Amino acid sequence: MTRVEILGLELKNPVIAASGTFGFGREFDEYFSIEKLGGISTKGLTLNKRDGNKGIRIYETPSGLMNSIGLQNPGVKGFIEEDLPFLENMDIVILANLGGSTLDEYLEGIELLNNTSIDFIELNISCPNVKEGGMAFGIKCNTAERVVKEAKKVSKKPLIVKLSPNAENIQEMAYSCVNAGADGLSLVNTFNALAIDVYKRKPIFENITAGLSGPCIKPIALRMVYEVSKVVNVPIIGIGGIINWRDAIEFIMAGATAIQVGSGNFIKPDISLDIIKGIEEYMKEEGIKSLEEIRGII
Amino acid sequence: MKENYRKGIIYKNTEISPNIYELVLEGDFHGIPGQFYMLRGWDWLDPFLSRPISIADIESGKIKFLYEVKGRGTHIISKLKKGDTLSLLGPLGNGFDMQMEGRIALITGGIGIAPMLYLAKKLSGEIHIYSGFRNNAYFLDQIRPYVKTVKIATENGSIGHKGFITEIFDPKDFELVYACGPTPMMEVVLKMCKGIVPVFVSMENHMACGIGACLGCTIETIRGMERVCKEGPVFKGEEVVFND
Repeated sequence: MTRVEILGLELKNPVIAASGTFGFGREFDEYFSIEKLGGISTKGLTLNKRDGNKGIRIYETPSGLMNSIGLQNPGVKGFIEEDLPFLENMDIVILANLGGSTLDEYLEGIELLNNTSIDFIELNISCPNVKEGGMAFGIKCNTAERVVKEAKKVSKKPLIVKLSPNAENIQEMAYSCVNAGADGLSLVNTFNALAIDVYKRKPIFENITAGLSGPCIKPIALRMVYEVSKVVNVPIIGIGGIINWRDAIEFIMAGATAIQVGSGNFIKPDISLDIIKGIEEYMKEEGIKSLEEIRGII
Repeated sequence: MKENYRKGIIYKNTEISPNIYELVLEGDFHGIPGQFYMLRGWDWLDPFLSRPISIADIESGKIKFLYEVKGRGTHIISKLKKGDTLSLLGPLGNGFDMQMEGRIALITGGIGIAPMLYLAKKLSGEIHIYSGFRNNAYFLDQIRPYVKTVKIATENGSIGHKGFITEIFDPKDFELVYACGPTPMMEVVLKMCKGIVPVFVSMENHMACGIGACLGCTIETIRGMERVCKEGPVFKGEEVVFND
């Protein structure tokens, strides 16, 4: 009943674990069978291994949190050797989230991922915390268009481009990415934000700014998904502060085919199972046979 | 499968010193000294994250936590009463190495005393505790039956040595040291003990998931960045890289 299709691939349900909040699934699989999820988006990968940022990485805000992890990850090769074997034996759709600081880095990463069993590449042009995260590519349409166009040329996997809410104009950004060949879009990544320690008279984070996520951003993320769904005709994965089934349904009504749960994973490891169950109950209650019926009705 | 967040019923939640609370929950809880639980004393989304609190003691049918009210989360927890419920996830982290014996020093600063009762109860060997506080000493009355000596320092001199606890500690007297407290204290302990006696330190950090996925609580070690919630919170002292 909750089945959805993205680019010809079937997901058991529309709930995907969001990149950066779920590692490579191992830790969460100790708490519930992650095969119950529709999919998993991996921790953000870069071509080469990264240690991530120093100093404070997490700071709580009202109904949310700021993070500046800095893309600590084992590198694409490390992922393929150490982490993918765990995931590929599972009945779960895998999105490999890939960032980069140069076009070549993206392209080399894609080439390595081409020969693996991952299902989608989620091209991260939106990590705000490191230069290498690619947000430089996600602000202006022309730079985004360029990286997506080249990525599409080398990618043998369907390409889902993860958009930054910090883009100058989210509709134009979405349109440019699709125009350049994006097979799908996921949005939004974190909002660039600032917190200050008033006693130290310094920013909380060493990088000064950090990415804001959680329920506090949900209404803005929802609005962006809604706006983007009006200008593109590719599948959209909605992300931003989703913590219950109602949030998930809102994103679907705003035009999303699937959704990702991010910060919500921190308040309850199996929160996604509650969301899936809630969606099922809502569908039964409302007599909805397929989520297709309510997609983009707003 | 590991257990998800579960409810615990509060048996006791009392202020034992200004801003320091002893929380006891009823239920069958597990864990070894040095491990922690994520505590959530509210059903709403603000505060968003749960609070990592180390196990102070486990007895049949009860678990004890000692915590300091530092922000909104611990403030809310401090207002809970007997009979109220609290959500818990755990036990988490590695915990202290319990194979050690001999003459052991436990060195604590402030609320860093929290895991030491349970540790002192479970360790074999001759245990001596050195506890530093800002103004008031607390929790030592409960630890006293399980240790050979108790040494206290307060910054204002109201009880015990006036100054820092590290000023009355001699590493040469011991075969092993466990330390938990503010980073500057742990750095001094490590400097003093270097080449003389091995030290285990229990670290803390801001945490989001508590289970090793978000990489929000990592610290720098000689092996690279490691997670306080997973590889830690207890690390070998010489492995932690302190950045001044």
